[in-house]
Amino acid sequence: MNETAKAIPVPTESDEDLTPEQLAAQWEAEAPPSAGPVANFAASLVATVLGIIGIVLSVRLGLGTPSQPQPGLWPFIMSLVITVLGLAQLVVGRKGGEGEKFSRLSWLVLFGAATLIGLVALMPVIGFEIPSLLLSFIWMKFLGGETWRSAVLYSVLVVAAFYGIFILGLGTTIPHLF
Amino acid sequence: MDFLQPVLDGFGVVLAPTNLLYCLLGVVIGMLIGVLPGLGPAATIAILLPLTYGIDPVTAIIMLAGIFYGAQYGGTITSVLLRLPGEASSVVTVFDGYQLAKQGKAGTALGIAAIGSFVGGTIGIVGLTFLAPIVAGFALDFGPPEYAALALLGILLVATISNGSKTKALIAAALGLLLATVGRDVFTGAERFTFGNLDLADGIDFVPVAMGLFGLGEILYNLEERHRAAKAPAKVANVWPSRADLKQSSGAIGRGSVLGFFLGILPGGGATISSLAAYALEKKRSKNPERFGKGAVEGVAAPETANNAAATSSFIPLLTLGIPANATMALMFGALLIQGVTPGPQLVDQHPDLFWGVVNSMYIGNILLLIMSIPLVGIFVKILRVRAAILAPVTALITMLGAYTINNSMFDVVLVVAFGIIGYLMKKFGFEPGPLVLAFVLGSLLEANLRRSLLVLNGDLGGFFGRPISATLLVIFVFVAVWPMIQSLLAKRKANHALVTSTSQKAKETV
Repeated sequence: MNETAKAIPVPTESDEDLTPEQLAAQWEAEAPPSAGPVANFAASLVATVLGIIGIVLSVRLGLGTPSQPQPGLWPFIMSLVITVLGLAQLVVGRKGGEGEKFSRLSWLVLFGAATLIGLVALMPVIGFEIPSLLLSFIWMKFLGGETWRSAVLYSVLVVAAFYGIFILGLGTTIPHLF
Repeated sequence: MDFLQPVLDGFGVVLAPTNLLYCLLGVVIGMLIGVLPGLGPAATIAILLPLTYGIDPVTAIIMLAGIFYGAQYGGTITSVLLRLPGEASSVVTVFDGYQLAKQGKAGTALGIAAIGSFVGGTIGIVGLTFLAPIVAGFALDFGPPEYAALALLGILLVATISNGSKTKALIAAALGLLLATVGRDVFTGAERFTFGNLDLADGIDFVPVAMGLFGLGEILYNLEERHRAAKAPAKVANVWPSRADLKQSSGAIGRGSVLGFFLGILPGGGATISSLAAYALEKKRSKNPERFGKGAVEGVAAPETANNAAATSSFIPLLTLGIPANATMALMFGALLIQGVTPGPQLVDQHPDLFWGVVNSMYIGNILLLIMSIPLVGIFVKILRVRAAILAPVTALITMLGAYTINNSMFDVVLVVAFGIIGYLMKKFGFEPGPLVLAFVLGSLLEANLRRSLLVLNGDLGGFFGRPISATLLVIFVFVAVWPMIQSLLAKRKANHALVTSTSQKAKETV
């Protein structure tokens, strides 16, 4: 516990003495801006289109009657609900008040997602070790801003630990190279 | 004595060394991850679901329950020390907890929170012990129409009580129900929405969906939230609260326990809402409410007690009706299904060892939490020094490799990544993943019961209103569906209270 004592921050910031109301206001100000009307339009449109596709596909499955329901009836009802709600959201949310705007930092997420897809694609081919090593290095160095040295060091340690746990320890059949 | 015997047998189950070990493991993991801002209890449980595959059902659920309430307490630590709520149900704790920490009373705040959590949790368990068998007995008479109505109402409540846009939450819920229909139709054997894909013929598994939406989606989202770096934690000393502090907060702990217990039972209620409500109640009752926000002990005691009581009582609808009351309970539901146990009114009778084992493990879990939290706070604080940049790939890889181990299938990993990206996008566009997961897990139950009811009632939808219980549930359903419209009309007249809105916004971010 003495360890933590050394880490006392210098409480000089002016925001230290906020009342709950001020703190809440500050959180609100710091929160990312909402996604806006265009995003709402796009999202509602996607939902509506998904609903319509669902309606078409479930009609093809056959609806039947309430006393003799066919496989398509329930998905049809749900698709109809999605379509109606999607259209409603186009109107209700036209000013847009929810969600979050994409920022410059959202590119990090795109990059991160791409590395995950890469991992999935490579894992069955060359095992998990090299893709995992690359993924953790990229996430630490380029997405997280670690130094070269710590990124290399920790990536190797992480993959070694996973190898130890999943392959040597638990004996799972995760595709592995070594 | 007939009633007490299974309860006592349950203690025998818990005290088995394996179960004790997993209970301890769950509580520790839950606390560790709860301390890390960003990953809440739902994400933690989702990521760790594969761990439960190889072990006994009772042990698995005991561990998951441990993770759940461990994470509740872990969130408190960051609220008090860093003014960063680790998860949504600790947001209000920040107001007074951090002020206390600044006055050098961080230990007092954490100690009171631990004691409050223990009392709230224990009262919750006692309530659960007596109430659950009664509810289960009542629900034994439920037929398909009642179950269909109950599932519909549960999904609707969770969707409408969530933060943000109700319409979008309902869209997410309907999408969850639609996703649940993928695969072979159990009634006719017809394949639905499989597009000839063999992997989809058996339907989409719940675990990859939950791991993707709650786990990976959250990890991806945190990648861009990295700039909100944590400050170095304040000093923690003198963890034992003084007698005066205890006396001052005893009322708040008592009221918080009762309030949390009842709010936790309601679908869509749960820990977050009860912590907000308990804080508001104490502030209202206080003779000098201006103390709140400046370091009032009750301001920490009330919400922390309430969120633990609610966390416990939210097991009641799950274990007795088979209807999860919130997203975290949906994960428990999924975990039980994986183990081949269908939660419902028969659970108490058919699997008394599981039922009472899980319930009684909560006593043990709470005691473990109390024992560990007070002296070990310093160690948990150190976890905060591990940089997010290093933790992110570790959690991502655990999720991916864990997903593979469930069925030794790459397809599951593909699903996790797909749902991870969907989860991130949903969050960015204002759709909550919670209602989707809950609806997904209840989807097949709802459809099967609906179709069975239609068969029983000869396709007459009016028949739902001919049965008292399903009629009542459906009337409530209609009321809940229409209420937001009435409410939004009323709200337009009144300016929203700044504190409540922004607090729930903050809560949304950390779910």
